[in-house]
Amino acid sequence: MMEKVRKIKSGDVRTASRLIRNLEDGMDEARATMKHLFPLTGHSHVIGITGSPGAGKSTLVDGLVESFRKKEKTVGVLAVDPTSPFTGGAILGDRIRMQRHAEDPGVFVRSLATRGALGGLAKAVGDAIHIMDVMGKDIVIVETVGTGQQEVEIINHSHTVIVVLIPGMGDEIQAIKAGILEIADLFVINKADREGSSKLRRELMAMLDMAPASAFPAGWRPPILKCENAFEPVGFVKSLEEMSQTIEDHYQHLVKHDLLGSRMHRKAAVELNEAIRCAVLEPVLDALVANGDLERMVGQLLKKETDPYTLAEEIAQRYLKARP
Amino acid sequence: MAEKKIRVMVAKPGLDGHDRGARVLARCFRDAGFEVIYTGCHQTPEQIASAAIQEDVDVVGLSCLSGAHRYLFPAVAKLLKEQGAGDITVVGGGIIPEQDFKLLYDAGLKALFVPGATLDSIVAWFKTNVKPRD
Ligand code: B12
Ligand SMILES: Nc1nc2c(ncn2[C@@H]2O[C@H](COP(=O)(O)OP(=O)(O)OP(=O)(O)O)[C@@H](O)[C@H]2O)c(=O)[nH]1
Ligand SMILES: [Mg+2]
Repeated sequence: MMEKVRKIKSGDVRTASRLIRNLEDGMDEARATMKHLFPLTGHSHVIGITGSPGAGKSTLVDGLVESFRKKEKTVGVLAVDPTSPFTGGAILGDRIRMQRHAEDPGVFVRSLATRGALGGLAKAVGDAIHIMDVMGKDIVIVETVGTGQQEVEIINHSHTVIVVLIPGMGDEIQAIKAGILEIADLFVINKADREGSSKLRRELMAMLDMAPASAFPAGWRPPILKCENAFEPVGFVKSLEEMSQTIEDHYQHLVKHDLLGSRMHRKAAVELNEAIRCAVLEPVLDALVANGDLERMVGQLLKKETDPYTLAEEIAQRYLKARP
Repeated sequence: MAEKKIRVMVAKPGLDGHDRGARVLARCFRDAGFEVIYTGCHQTPEQIASAAIQEDVDVVGLSCLSGAHRYLFPAVAKLLKEQGAGDITVVGGGIIPEQDFKLLYDAGLKALFVPGATLDSIVAWFKTNVKPRD
């Protein structure tokens, strides 16, 4: 176990990726390793990137990686794609756009499937960030699924959240609905080669103008950057330099105004929540499934012999005896 | 609640642009319940080996219809071994004449699939021969 910790600290990709997989698969021994890694975390700047499907997130991540590499920063990427609810399988395709970095030892790209998690991320994302952090990655970029719906989970894991919007998709209204506006530290209007990007920019501006000052922590009003067409390399690279600079400015803003703490407070709370679920709820559910009680109770509910609330209370009394 | 999922990478080495088969396979593996990483076309053996390690896959599936499999497939198998990942299963498919089979099996490939191989038979081979890690 300490050998594993040592290898991850030295940046060993094989060990790290296997540990991420063991966590995804819910193996107890992997959780035990995390106990040793947790105290070593806190070095990486974590950047979340979200936006509707096909908005160009992966293409932007690829460009950002290049830009950070020019500044000699090491980068980890966690790219999340959806699991099919019907077969449990998944096609993880974000990597296609990032393959040119495959041989760069300063870049580690790992794809994850949601495996039923809601909120646009995978359950193992929080731990995977920790692992890349302990590996010494200066930057960790997390790409969410891109359903455009309620993908606000990313805020719990990132220091800087980028929301990618594209013109002409009715995104304007969608964005407000999904609560995605509230989580953005930086807006990127992508595919600026398309019609409507100026209009989208104006609408975003108007929306930010209406927001109360309290929406901007210590005066950080999310900048709106336009990203040039990815197929015009010169302009694209310039846009990406500007973007990576703004991302670093945002981090400095957090540091300067002592805001990192409150960001990480949220993360800590979420992690505790998740750990409790693993340690308390899951064993109870597993036991109920194993001894057939769960199935029996569902049968009782169907016949209206009892109700879910009474059953839950009974279970709580049975399994949580030590309650004060 | 531990469930060990099979992870597969489908990769197209070399300059070959015939990606229909690779896409069909990616979908078929997803439908079989695997997690599939698709890398797209025009990959060097170095990129494929490195990506397979970063993604911690159980299998690398190479697809080549251009005739360059004699060099490209063994190159991937060799790189994986050199990088301490010889336990990753390598299989291949595409336009592969039977007289090349021996060369590829000797290079470490575990199975080869040519046009006409049914998707069912491919999935069945994976389910029997790809054991989730210990
Ligand atoms: C469709 C096709 C094209 C399409 C490709 C569209 C696309 N995006 O994929 C187009 C028209 C673009 C094309 C172009 C060319 N083609 Co073409 N094409 C074909 C054709 C007719 C069918 C291929 C196909 O899609 N099959 C359907 C898929 C599902 O089958 P598959 O890929 O073979 O996969 C199956 C198995 O092989 C196996 N499998 C394959 N890979 C893998 C991987 C794993 C991991 C596993 C488990 C299994 C597996 O499982 C699948 C299911 O059975 C074949 C002839 C043929 N009958 O194969 C020629 C063929 C492949 N093409 C050929 C040639 C020469 C060309 C060109 C060079 C023609 C030219 N002179 O311009 C160009 C080159 C394109 C390029 N950039 O590389 C030759 C190759 C000759 C050779 N290798 O010696 C072939 C064999 C035709 C021939 N008889 O001459 N082509
Ligand atoms: N016109 C135009 N197309 C772009 C631009 N950037 C990316 N694209 C294309 O948009 C498509 C989706 O790009 P991705 O980067 O995969 O988008 P994504 O948001 O990661 O997609 P998902 O992960 O599937 O949600 C691809 O076909 C890209 O080539 C751009 O600046 N202009
Ligand atoms: Mg993507």
